[in-house]
Amino acid sequence: MQPLSHAFKERSVQALQDETLQVALNRAKDGFAVKRARAVDGLPEFDALRDRAVAIRNHTLEHLDHYLERYADAVERSGGRVHWASSAEDARRIVVDICRAAGARMITKGKSMVGEEVGVNDALEEAGFEVVETDLGEYIIQLAHEPPSHIIVPAVHKTRGQIADLFHENHQKYGLHRKLSEVPEMVNEARQVLRAKYLAADVGITGANFLIAETGTNVIVTNEGNGDLTCSLPRVHIVTAGIEKVVPTAEDATTLLRLLARSATGQDLTTYTTFSTGPKRSGDTDGPDEYHVVLVDSGRSSMLADDFREMLRCIRCGACMNHCPVYGAIGGHAYGWVYPGPMGSVLTPLSVGLKEAGNLPNACTLNGHCAEVCPVRIPLPDLLRTLRHREYQLRLGLKPLRWGLAAWVWFTSHPRIYRLGTRVQARMLALLAGRKGRFTRMPLAGSWFKGGRDLPAPQGETFMAVWKRRQRERKQ
Amino acid sequence: MTAATEMPATPGRPRVGLFVTCLADIYRPNVGLAAVALLEQADCSVEVPQAQTCCGQPSYNNGDLAGAAKTARHTIEAFEEFDYVVVPSGSCAGMLRDYPRLFASESGWRQRAEAMAGKTHELISFLTDVRGMAAVQASFGRVVTYHDSCHGLRALRIKEQPRRLLASVDGLELREMGDSEVCCGFGGTFCVKYPEISGRMVADKAAAITATGADVVLGGDLGCLLNIAGRLGREGGGVHVYHVAEVLAGIADVPGLGDPPGSGGEPR
Repeated sequence: MQPLSHAFKERSVQALQDETLQVALNRAKDGFAVKRARAVDGLPEFDALRDRAVAIRNHTLEHLDHYLERYADAVERSGGRVHWASSAEDARRIVVDICRAAGARMITKGKSMVGEEVGVNDALEEAGFEVVETDLGEYIIQLAHEPPSHIIVPAVHKTRGQIADLFHENHQKYGLHRKLSEVPEMVNEARQVLRAKYLAADVGITGANFLIAETGTNVIVTNEGNGDLTCSLPRVHIVTAGIEKVVPTAEDATTLLRLLARSATGQDLTTYTTFSTGPKRSGDTDGPDEYHVVLVDSGRSSMLADDFREMLRCIRCGACMNHCPVYGAIGGHAYGWVYPGPMGSVLTPLSVGLKEAGNLPNACTLNGHCAEVCPVRIPLPDLLRTLRHREYQLRLGLKPLRWGLAAWVWFTSHPRIYRLGTRVQARMLALLAGRKGRFTRMPLAGSWFKGGRDLPAPQGETFMAVWKRRQRERKQ
Repeated sequence: MTAATEMPATPGRPRVGLFVTCLADIYRPNVGLAAVALLEQADCSVEVPQAQTCCGQPSYNNGDLAGAAKTARHTIEAFEEFDYVVVPSGSCAGMLRDYPRLFASESGWRQRAEAMAGKTHELISFLTDVRGMAAVQASFGRVVTYHDSCHGLRALRIKEQPRRLLASVDGLELREMGDSEVCCGFGGTFCVKYPEISGRMVADKAAAITATGADVVLGGDLGCLLNIAGRLGREGGGVHVYHVAEVLAGIADVPGLGDPPGSGGEPR
């Protein structure tokens, strides 16, 4: 996907002014945070589970080569095939080739963020295949020709009215001629249309929540059951997954599953948890004839070797964005690539470069809410700060900020001049503010006021001056 | 300029170096005076090193780690002689506690930074958790609400401590706001780099504050409080803004942040 992260500032302002988007965001606002809190409160061992999860992820990443090989061997043993894609282009080419070789025409897809990341839909459509997303949210944004704005709720930015319009525009060909208004009606409408697609599909593509090394099993979680139908009805099942998805054992996967749904939607467990291992065996009543896994690196192994290894612990639950006040204000599209919110603000610059996405790590107040709720304890604010450091070293940031910081450091290491400067500043500002006690505007400080706020004036004397005077008086 | 030892230390009383923070120094000396008063009530001998400036957070959070380390060295030199370093800001106290990270490859300075981090405390949690203060002698007959500043809340686990002390203030009624743990949108340079996003966040915060019907909002970090006061002032509402220490020390009889001088904090 072509990144638009360089335009973050403009896009975030547009998002703030988009009234429909704000309605959708406000509706979603506290829902997930409240549900997560309830689920966590209901599980006293939640924090101990997080520690276990961190240990599992760290251990796996420490020995990633080993577990990937074990996983690949197990997949091959079960009759499946593993394809290694070092780049997004590789991944697209591999998927297209498999579909061509299978003589496919219709392809169904379960939700896959790595699929979005490598742009698999565009590649398949360009190659002439019909691709249908089967997750309801993904289906909606496919109708709207938009990328997801959230990693677990891709259409969270859409209002009910907008979704009704999309069905009205796109489902006339399926015999829908009236405007739907109720959610169950819309779900049912999508279900009817998708059912026919499942049955007609030659290839089903899903993502992976976890890949189990000991058995070669792919685990996906859904709430709609679309994942099951996508991986078991077509002749060919393709799993697209990042290389960091591997876990050593089925037990490890279940430990992580206990955290995943609680952190994501506040459910104890998603409605469906689907384990698929290899193609249909003789005697099996259903399942695909071919089972392929496309393991995508696309920058992950360099993260492994870098300061950002901890980011690879991510299990894509979305809790960080559900608790991020910046995400809550602007939604996911402003971030300009596949992954929004705090995790996206780390991943995007690492994937598309700091020059393109330098705004993302900066557009954060470092309030720490994301790290507090992260089920695998990724220190997201620290990673964002590390990216800022990298940006500073590469001299990519704003020049005036750089000069300002240099001046401030000089000033703060010269206390006499600092004392004098601050005294003058406090006195001047208090005088200029006069009877009002605050500023409604000020030259050179326009950015503060762009936030729709006044600037309180200082009391007039610095503390250090007051203190010095008091000390003199005490001595007398 | 030397670290002035203004008051002779009394044996048995810990020597506390007050790091007043650049914002309190410039904007709100009353916060520094409140901190001194509270620390003295907690039987500390308070000193104010004249060499202190800024904690280094602007550099640290904007990627200039060398600049932050320079400021950190300066602060360490000014404060390492004390038993404790106390800061009326969770954010700046958190920065001082992060100093060891700036010296990963300089073992001498790292040790000094670790010693400094180990004795640095945010003011209110120092009073309660280290000095065992359970009540204050102050009265404030107004309805207040409290904003939990993020760094204090999440990095230093400050949540109950200010509420416990506020409960002992004569006449004060605390009315909790919704989303008191949600960021106000200040975020240091964030608020000027992304003013529109910051503005939306502080507008939400102001709405949560006004919805309580309280006439005063308190907090423990001046950065957040300047932002909140700026928004409340723009809305022209009658909610006044004070640092929690001013109320606990009984010296919130001056105009609130952004209130007209001489108004005594009365509705503007």
